[in-house]
Amino acid sequence: MLIQKGYKIEKMIHYMILTILAILFLLPLLWMLFASIDTGAIQALKMPEKLTLDNFKAILTDQTILRSFFIGIGISGSQAILVVLTCILAAYPLSRYSLKYKNSFMMTVLFMTSLPMTAVIVPVFQLFLYLKFQDSLIAMTLFLTASSLPYGIWMMKNFMDSVPLDLEESAWVDGASIWQGIKKIVAPLMLPGIFTVAIFTFTGSWGNYFVPYILIQTPEKMPASVTIFQFFGNFGMVNYGKLAAFSVIYTLPVVVLYTISQNFMSKGFSLGGATKG
Amino acid sequence: MKLETSITMQQKKKKLSDPVKAAIFLVPSWLLLLIFFIGPMVLTLFFSFTNLALTGVEASQLRFIGFENFTRMFQDPEFRTSVWNTIIFVFFSAVLGQCFFGFLIAFLMKEKNKTFRRIVGLIIIAAWVTPEVVVSFCWVAFLGDSGTANWLLGIFDIKPIAWLFTFPMTSVVIANMWRGTAFSMMVFQAALDDIPKDIEEAAIIDGASRWQVIRHITVPMVKGTIATNMMLVTLQTLGVFTLIYAMTGGGPGVSTATLPLFMYKQAFVSYQLGYGTAISFVLLLLGAIASLIYMKTLRVKV
Repeated sequence: MLIQKGYKIEKMIHYMILTILAILFLLPLLWMLFASIDTGAIQALKMPEKLTLDNFKAILTDQTILRSFFIGIGISGSQAILVVLTCILAAYPLSRYSLKYKNSFMMTVLFMTSLPMTAVIVPVFQLFLYLKFQDSLIAMTLFLTASSLPYGIWMMKNFMDSVPLDLEESAWVDGASIWQGIKKIVAPLMLPGIFTVAIFTFTGSWGNYFVPYILIQTPEKMPASVTIFQFFGNFGMVNYGKLAAFSVIYTLPVVVLYTISQNFMSKGFSLGGATKG
Repeated sequence: MKLETSITMQQKKKKLSDPVKAAIFLVPSWLLLLIFFIGPMVLTLFFSFTNLALTGVEASQLRFIGFENFTRMFQDPEFRTSVWNTIIFVFFSAVLGQCFFGFLIAFLMKEKNKTFRRIVGLIIIAAWVTPEVVVSFCWVAFLGDSGTANWLLGIFDIKPIAWLFTFPMTSVVIANMWRGTAFSMMVFQAALDDIPKDIEEAAIIDGASRWQVIRHITVPMVKGTIATNMMLVTLQTLGVFTLIYAMTGGGPGVSTATLPLFMYKQAFVSYQLGYGTAISFVLLLLGAIASLIYMKTLRVKV
């Protein structure tokens, strides 16, 4: 009886702490949502006086901003596709063949996964200058693709390991080539894994401000991550409503993709499969 | 009979050319990695011993200057400050902040109402999903002179504080903690779910207090996860640039300039690329060490 009472009080304290933490976590985001639909948005969080969609209209009719959104989708989209294709190719022999150097290869990949990408940008910049790649969106996308390969290969290999070999073998017996086996059997069976890698890549790239800021010079070529930063520098301190609306629109694709990816990752989250070795 | 031979033939054929086929499959990824990842890393080592610069007399003639960049770096008070700032930023926002709050939330959420768990989890994860730039805006507004934080203080009759000027490091640490806690929370949730329920229950029946259970059962059982998670968040936080750059620009003065910001300033503001690469080399080295420790703790777990 006494234990039960103590347990109940304890549980209530738990709920209280969690509620307070949740509110503290929510407040900064709530400001963004409220300010974006408020005619007189200010720096502090407040209920909107009058609801309006003008802020969104202003952002969505701005040609520069719209263009940067399309460039951003182009970069992140092609990066995601390239990462998926190269990673399937790389993961196949690592998952299917018994290779002598496989273990050291996977260890190298895991090692590279953890290196801070920020640190290679100075030599990459120099490399781009030397190869006359500066200001090239294609070269930058290739660099971003390379930077996502370590975790992409790691994840893809683990996903591919769970596709049984027998199905493929019977296809070979029926005369299918390795390519056909990958295309018709392996890839469809690991579609959730493919989408997870693609979404992960797209999301990371969509929010990447640093790389395009360093490697691209022409303002017309900047993706959304850079234009939103510049908008903040130029108008952010004056027009909070528009900045908030811009932020909401810019955040939306990531939220949608994350929600979709949740359906694939039903098994939850255990260090991204890294513990499976 | 015919079928069997065809299988063995297939297998034989496959086995013979495995390494060759594997090489073909691996060409695209290796090519990309070599040009854009491993190549630049080797270049880092090379350029950090040169006087590489974008402007001035040095720009026209590249030459080896030995350890000059490194001696200059270790004598540079700004470098020492940035190393110190990096340690503080990583330790308080990641190792302490994200790990602690991530564990606390994951632990408290155990055996709670499902809808409640869902809502709280969603709010924490929302902070994590939000792009770094937007996180910075939200916090600049939140901590602004007339922002929400000061409005809340006003309720308790406390005068407004210019957070980003008076407590710049605390501000960026809190913002990064806010952003990253979800990752640790999810990692710990998965680990805590794996602990068999009866072990804790048995201890409680034996008269152990809640605190004793946490100290002697729960924490030891997720020790491996705690170590792995600490390394992962350290690695993620080591390279943080955008969040700090957007919030304080490394200032006021150099008070929030971590290594990535210092590197950026030397390489792209002062155009001293050689010196900048020397700093990136240090950053890479720190990451490599942390990465090796991480892999070692991981192997213990496997």
